[in-house]
Amino acid sequence: MHLAVVDCEPTACYLLGAFSRPTRTIASVHRHYRLIQRWIPGLLLLAVVALGACAGPFPQTTLHPKSDLGFAIDHLFTGIFGWAVGVFVVVEGLLVYALFRFRAKPGAAAPHPTHGHTALEIAWTLAPVLILVMVAVPTIRTIFATQAPAPAGSLKIEVIGHQWWWEYRYPDQGVVTANELHLPVGRTIALDLTSNDVIHSFWIPAIAAKRDVVPGHVNHIVFKADTVGEYMGQCAEFCGDSHANMRLRAFVETDSAFNAWVANQKQPPVEPQPNTLQATGKNAFAHGACIACHTIQGVSAGMIGPNLTHLASRTTIAGATYPDDSLDLALWVNHAPQRKPGSVMMDMNLQPADLQAIVAYLMSLK
Amino acid sequence: MTEPTGLKSWITTVDHKRIGKLYFWTAFCFFLVGGIEALLIRSQLAQPNGHIVDARTYNELFTMHGTTMIFLALMPLSVAFFNFIVPLQIGARDVAFPRLNAFSYWVFLLGGIFMNVSWFVGPLFHAGRLSVAPNGGWFGYANLTERQYSIGPNIDFWLLGLQILGVSSLAGGFNFVITILNLRAPGMKMMRLPVFTWMTLVTSFLLITAFPVITVALAFLMFDRFFGTNFYQLSAGGDPVLWQHLFWIFGHPEVYILILPAMGVVSEVLPTFSRKPLFGYTVVVYSGILIAFMGWGVWSHHMFSVGLGPIADAVFSSTTMLIAIPTGVKIFNWIATLWGGQIRFDTPLLFAVGFIAMFIIGGLSGVTHASPPADLQQTDTYYVVAHIHYVLFGGTVLGLFAGMYYWWPKMTGRLLSETLGKIHFWGMLIGMNIAFFPMHFIGLLGMPRRVYTYSPDLGVSTMNLVSTIGAFLIAVSMLVFIWNVIRTRTKGKIAGDNPWQGATLEWATSSPPAVYNFAQIPTVHSRLPLWNEPESVAQKAPSGHIHVPDGSWWPLVSAAGLPLLATSLISGQLWLAFVAAAVLLVGIFKWGFEPFEV
Repeated sequence: MHLAVVDCEPTACYLLGAFSRPTRTIASVHRHYRLIQRWIPGLLLLAVVALGACAGPFPQTTLHPKSDLGFAIDHLFTGIFGWAVGVFVVVEGLLVYALFRFRAKPGAAAPHPTHGHTALEIAWTLAPVLILVMVAVPTIRTIFATQAPAPAGSLKIEVIGHQWWWEYRYPDQGVVTANELHLPVGRTIALDLTSNDVIHSFWIPAIAAKRDVVPGHVNHIVFKADTVGEYMGQCAEFCGDSHANMRLRAFVETDSAFNAWVANQKQPPVEPQPNTLQATGKNAFAHGACIACHTIQGVSAGMIGPNLTHLASRTTIAGATYPDDSLDLALWVNHAPQRKPGSVMMDMNLQPADLQAIVAYLMSLK
Repeated sequence: MTEPTGLKSWITTVDHKRIGKLYFWTAFCFFLVGGIEALLIRSQLAQPNGHIVDARTYNELFTMHGTTMIFLALMPLSVAFFNFIVPLQIGARDVAFPRLNAFSYWVFLLGGIFMNVSWFVGPLFHAGRLSVAPNGGWFGYANLTERQYSIGPNIDFWLLGLQILGVSSLAGGFNFVITILNLRAPGMKMMRLPVFTWMTLVTSFLLITAFPVITVALAFLMFDRFFGTNFYQLSAGGDPVLWQHLFWIFGHPEVYILILPAMGVVSEVLPTFSRKPLFGYTVVVYSGILIAFMGWGVWSHHMFSVGLGPIADAVFSSTTMLIAIPTGVKIFNWIATLWGGQIRFDTPLLFAVGFIAMFIIGGLSGVTHASPPADLQQTDTYYVVAHIHYVLFGGTVLGLFAGMYYWWPKMTGRLLSETLGKIHFWGMLIGMNIAFFPMHFIGLLGMPRRVYTYSPDLGVSTMNLVSTIGAFLIAVSMLVFIWNVIRTRTKGKIAGDNPWQGATLEWATSSPPAVYNFAQIPTVHSRLPLWNEPESVAQKAPSGHIHVPDGSWWPLVSAAGLPLLATSLISGQLWLAFVAAAVLLVGIFKWGFEPFEV
């Protein structure tokens, strides 16, 4: 499995360096204050620990965009961040300087009782105005650029949020799948987002900034992924018990790999050989409770849970929370509420033989 | 004139100073409860795949942490100072409606208890677990909070509790608007009001205008949940996004309800400890008013990811950035107040300066998510958790502690220990930076908020552990504060009337003030009476009988009707509704006809 490995973002590490800035500089006013001196080594140690954490990888980082949308946002954020750092340095610098410079001296005369200064007031009203103009202009440009309608010829994908998994429909390809999104590199993608129950938020930080998934509304994310790879994402709007377990993956692939994936998804499900464990499993599936919720093309037509026609072509299960292997699948089938709190899927309580057969069948559905 | 003592005198009190202390201690206890909830949250997140609490409990914890800190700790802590300090600052004997004031307090206390009882009454609802605490987030987004998706009584406790607390806030808001407008001492013109009183006035206007909005939103939700209406139900033509608009139309002014009082405290502390008048008093006052007005036009910046379209995004982004201007102006004026002064580094000043230093960080991260495209990466992540804690902890909490150290001698007659105070300050400042600064990175590296667990694959485990260590450091610093308070009761230095050489009228009274506050109401001729005209505001002997209102049971009785009414709804007992209504009506009736003088 290949995860998009990302080094530490330089600006982030720079900021980590500023981690102790306000406390340290105020402390310098009180240099003789011993307690502070004892704190400084601890603070530095913590900063080092935090820097160590910068080693990564960070598969869900917002700071290494891999799409036009992600890049536009990152570019905007970097600019605003620069202004913020500048203002931070100047204003905190003034504050610390004032504290240091004007500390009470024994026997000093009472300070001059200044009440205000009109020119200064105008100046420090206009200064933020100018900076905010520098922030607002690119912001508004980016708003309109990133929310433009998708151009003709975009790949349309319908994303439907469920508590707590994602359903994807590729209407032009006739593909329905869950949790793992496959995308061709370099082609504009138009996601149409809606929800089947409560409000969710669809988010793949590296390629698709988040957009809420609201029942009764259709929202859009339009983007073009520019680097082949696997990207992690997850639901960002609190949506109930297992909000934390509503994760997802996106596979950005070359055209040929994407087309091969589509071709495979369009195939009918793998038919087990007679008298095999898989065949027993198919029989158990088709005559069990599974069919109430799950579709396997030609076997069942349940609409509540994910489509399982090509379950084994996916790398994860249960809202991309667990790996798609026999053990996790077996645990899931018989212990879904423990594996994902609040899960609609109940504990299926299958006998070991049935469980083994059903898992073998599901794992054969490439 | 001696003050009555004993339990009854506290329960029936209508004295603003006693009510202020009741508010203070109640809110402080809720602050500790909210803090313990925070520690449990941080313990769970100290490592990936944590198992300290389960998902349901975690969701209850973060919901109640937010709700408690906002509605039961920070707002009432501000109100404690409104109560104790504002009448003294304007030279009044009490608030305009002393019994309404007592009513506000009892409603707050009972509403807070009602909401927190939910931690222990699961078995009464056959919930299969002890707790049925609210679990829909402090923002309670519909349609997740509809009965269809939240079957148990959890959300009912939340929405009914907030309805009760809203009554308290409204009553308090009206009381302080009328008090400040009508009970000012002779010569105390509006532009001579201390800035803390000004910010109390502005906050009170926000309370009485913002709370009706959430009251409507909650009433709709209550109707949906109990009576089957469809305000937020998609299936019948409702829209869950309506809730978000209503909630944030309240919610953003609420942010200023939380921060403006602390800004008022800082505007009092800085002049006292730099021995200079507040720089640009008029500008500071007007920018406070401006912030409050502009706070009404920015609510959709909480909804940039909802998909309101580019025009709405551009407009709300611009209005949001505009708010940074009056806020920045305040900060510059505070720094200019320090500039050229003789700064004494006593604990109140440290906390006030801590406020400024931390609020700048929170304000700047706020500007980064005033930009909708950038916000699409930041919203609902730990980056925003970092932001709100720099604003509400670095801002409001440090500001309120500045107020505690500053006014403690006035409220109790004794000074808190400076040594312990400084240990508390540095522990809290360093602790909060260790706890909250890494959250900026945790969020930018992709961890959403409100998740009870996260994968080690995200690479944010170490930073989460660091953050948790910071949270416990804050807790340790709180223990230092509590020890300071306990120690000060017996060993604290006697303060005298004006230990900090403050300039405003509260320092003209004794510490603690007599029940009537001022023997004779002073006449003021300037903004800083104790600096400019100490003789004219000096205490004099009482001239004849001073009328102060007697205690009353009826505010408490009336207040008790509200949680009873809520209990009847949540338990489905109709008879209880009649009892509750009777209690409420009898309380109000007896209150209305209670003689002024006994």
